[in-house]
Amino acid sequence: MVVFEKPHALADVPLHYCPGCTHGIVHRLVAEVIDELGIEGKTIGIAPVGCSVMAYNYFNCDMIEAAHGRAPAVATGVKRANPENIVFTYQGDGDLASIGMAETVHSAARNENITIIFINNAIYGMTGGQMAPTSLPGQITQTSPYGRDTDHCGFPIKVCEMLSQVDGAQYLERVAVNNVKNVKNAKKAIKKAFQNQVEGKGFSLIEVISTCPTNWGLTPKKALEWVDEKMIPYYPLGVYKDNTAKKEAE
Amino acid sequence: MAKLTFKTDKCKGCGLCVDVCPKKVLTLAADKINAKGHHPVEAVNMDDCIACAFCATMCPDCIITVER
Amino acid sequence: MADKVLMKGNEAIAEAAIIAGCRHYFGYPITPQTEIAAYMAKRMPKIGGCFLQAESEIAAINMVYGVASTGLRVMTSSSSPGISLKGEGLSYLAGADLPSLIVNVQRGGPGLGGIQPSQSDYFQATKAGGHGDFRMLVLAPASVQEMADLTVKGFELADKYRMTSMILADGTMGQMMEPVALDYDVKPMPEKPWATTGTKMEREHNIVNSLFLQPDALEKSNLERYDRYSYIEENEVMYEEYMMDDAEICIAAFGIASRVAKNAIVEARKQGIKVGMIRPITLWPFPTKVFEKAAEKAHTFISVELSMGQMLEDVKLATKCKGEYVLCNRVGGMIPSPEEVLAAIEKANGGAK
Repeated sequence: MVVFEKPHALADVPLHYCPGCTHGIVHRLVAEVIDELGIEGKTIGIAPVGCSVMAYNYFNCDMIEAAHGRAPAVATGVKRANPENIVFTYQGDGDLASIGMAETVHSAARNENITIIFINNAIYGMTGGQMAPTSLPGQITQTSPYGRDTDHCGFPIKVCEMLSQVDGAQYLERVAVNNVKNVKNAKKAIKKAFQNQVEGKGFSLIEVISTCPTNWGLTPKKALEWVDEKMIPYYPLGVYKDNTAKKEAE
Repeated sequence: MAKLTFKTDKCKGCGLCVDVCPKKVLTLAADKINAKGHHPVEAVNMDDCIACAFCATMCPDCIITVER
Repeated sequence: MADKVLMKGNEAIAEAAIIAGCRHYFGYPITPQTEIAAYMAKRMPKIGGCFLQAESEIAAINMVYGVASTGLRVMTSSSSPGISLKGEGLSYLAGADLPSLIVNVQRGGPGLGGIQPSQSDYFQATKAGGHGDFRMLVLAPASVQEMADLTVKGFELADKYRMTSMILADGTMGQMMEPVALDYDVKPMPEKPWATTGTKMEREHNIVNSLFLQPDALEKSNLERYDRYSYIEENEVMYEEYMMDDAEICIAAFGIASRVAKNAIVEARKQGIKVGMIRPITLWPFPTKVFEKAAEKAHTFISVELSMGQMLEDVKLATKCKGEYVLCNRVGGMIPSPEEVLAAIEKANGGAK
C-alpha cells in the first residue's frame, strides 16, 4: 500500500531550489490539496518574481508568470474572466509585501475569491540575500550587513496581522513547515484556503514561514531550528481571521 | 514490510529526511555522488522502518515514495 | 447603414469596444479619459460584463494581463502619466504575446504636465512603450467615428497578431462630440489554444510567460516576434492621403493636428499652392513607403504636431532626409491654429503672396 507519493499536480521535474529550501515542501502541499479537491483541470496558478519565479514549470495545472508583485492583480483578471476557475498565486515576501503591497491589500479589500500562498522567509533569495520587508530586526543580509537597523530602515511587516484589519479578507492563517507537525498544519490551512474558494467564500491568504538556508548562512537543519528560535516568536503562528465559519452560520 | 523508493537523481543531499527519521533508517551516502553532485540519501536500516513517512513529509524535493 | 448618434469620442471608444465583444474593462481615473471608465461602469453590469476600478494603473494593466491570458477581449484606458505607469505591463504583455487594447487619451507632459490635449507620447507609443524590444500597433483616430472604428479594428488586429493595440488619441478627440455610426461586422475571435482556461485534464498545461533564462531561447522569441512585425509593416499600414496628387509641399499630421492642417491646406490651395497631406492612421506601422513616394514630388515636408518634432523624425527617416523639413507645432496643451499652419505652408512656398 502506498503511504506517500508525489501528487499528480506536482510536475515530475527537478526543482531548482537550493538544498533544504522549504519552497519544495510548500509546492508539494499545494499540489496535494489540488489533487485531493480534484481541481487540477480547472486551476490556474500564478507565479511571482523571486525564487519561485519558475513555479510555472512545477505545477501541472495551467500557469501564468506575473510581473513582480502583480500576481494578485493578474489573479483578479483571471478570476473575473472565468469565475469557475480556481485561481491561486504563489508569492514571496519581496513580491507580496514590498513591491506588490498595493495589489495584495486591494485584492483582499475587494474580497477577490482567490487563494494566496505567501512564502515568508525574511529575505530576497533569488537576487542573493538582500533585506526583505519581513527581515527581522537585527537580521544580517547583503543590504543590511550590520543587521537590520529599525531606526534607519524601519520594521518588518506582519502581513496576516495587517490584513486582518481589512474587511474584505475572509481567511488568514500563518503556518510553518519546519517540522512534521507544522507541515501537517500547513497542509490543513492550505486546503482550507482552496476549499474556501471552491465554496465561494472569498479571499484567503496563507502565510507560510519558510527557510532560506543559503542566504541565512545556515545548514538546512539549522535553518529549521532558526524558524523556531527567531521567526515564529516574531511571526506567531495561528489563524488571524476566519469569516468562513460565520458565513456558514448565516 | 515497509518499502522506501528514492528518486536518487533528484536528491540534493539536504539531509532533512535523515534528521527527521525517528528510527535512524536513513543516511547520506558518503561514497556516492549523484548526477547533481550531491551525496544522495539511502536506507541503511530498512528493518527498522515503520513507514511513518516523516522523511517524505520533510523532503523538499519530493523524491521519496513510502509503501507499507 | 445604422443611424448616427451624437457621442463624445471617449464614449464612442467604450461603446465600440462593447460591440467588439470586450466584456472586461479595468481602469483608474485620470483626466481627460475618465468618460470611458464611467461609460463602462454603467454598461458592463447590464450586459454581463465586468467593470472594475483598479487601485492603480499598474494594477489595471495587470488585470488586463490576467484576462488576456484567458483569451477574452479586454481593455484599459488612461492618459499620459497613467500610460507611463502601464509601461511595465505593456512590456510583459508583449513578452507573453498577449492580445489587448490600450487607449491613451494624451495630455501635455512631461511629469504631471497638464490636462489639455497633446501628442507628446508619440515616441512612447511607437518606439518605447516599455523595456525590451517590442512594438505595439498604434492607431491614431482623427474623428469620433474613427475613435469607434479603430477600437473595433484594434481588437481584431490584437487577436490576429497576439499583441497590444494602442489607440493614441488626445484630449480633444476624447472630449469632442460628433455623429457616429456604430455599424460593425465584427470578425469572430480566432481560436486561442494557448489560453490558460484550465487543462480539464485533457492536455498539457499552458504557460503564459515572458521569462526565458536561456539567451538563445530569448533571442529566438524576439526574432520570431520581429518576423511578425515585418509582416505587419507590409500588410497593415493605414493612412489617408489628402490632395497629394500634385503636392510639392507635404504635410504630415495625425489626429487633431490633421484636422487643423486640412483647413490650412484648403486656404493654401486657394492661393494655388500645391500642398497636400499624408495622415498616418497607423503610427506603427508608419506609412514609410507612402512618404518615400511623396518625396519624389514634394520638396518640403511640414510636420504639424502637438509635440516637439517626435513624428518629424519618422518623416525624415521615411524620406531619407532628402527634402526640406519644417516643424509646425504647439505643445503643453496648445494646438496650432490653421493660420499658423498656413503661414508655415506659405513660408515653405517661398513666402506669402
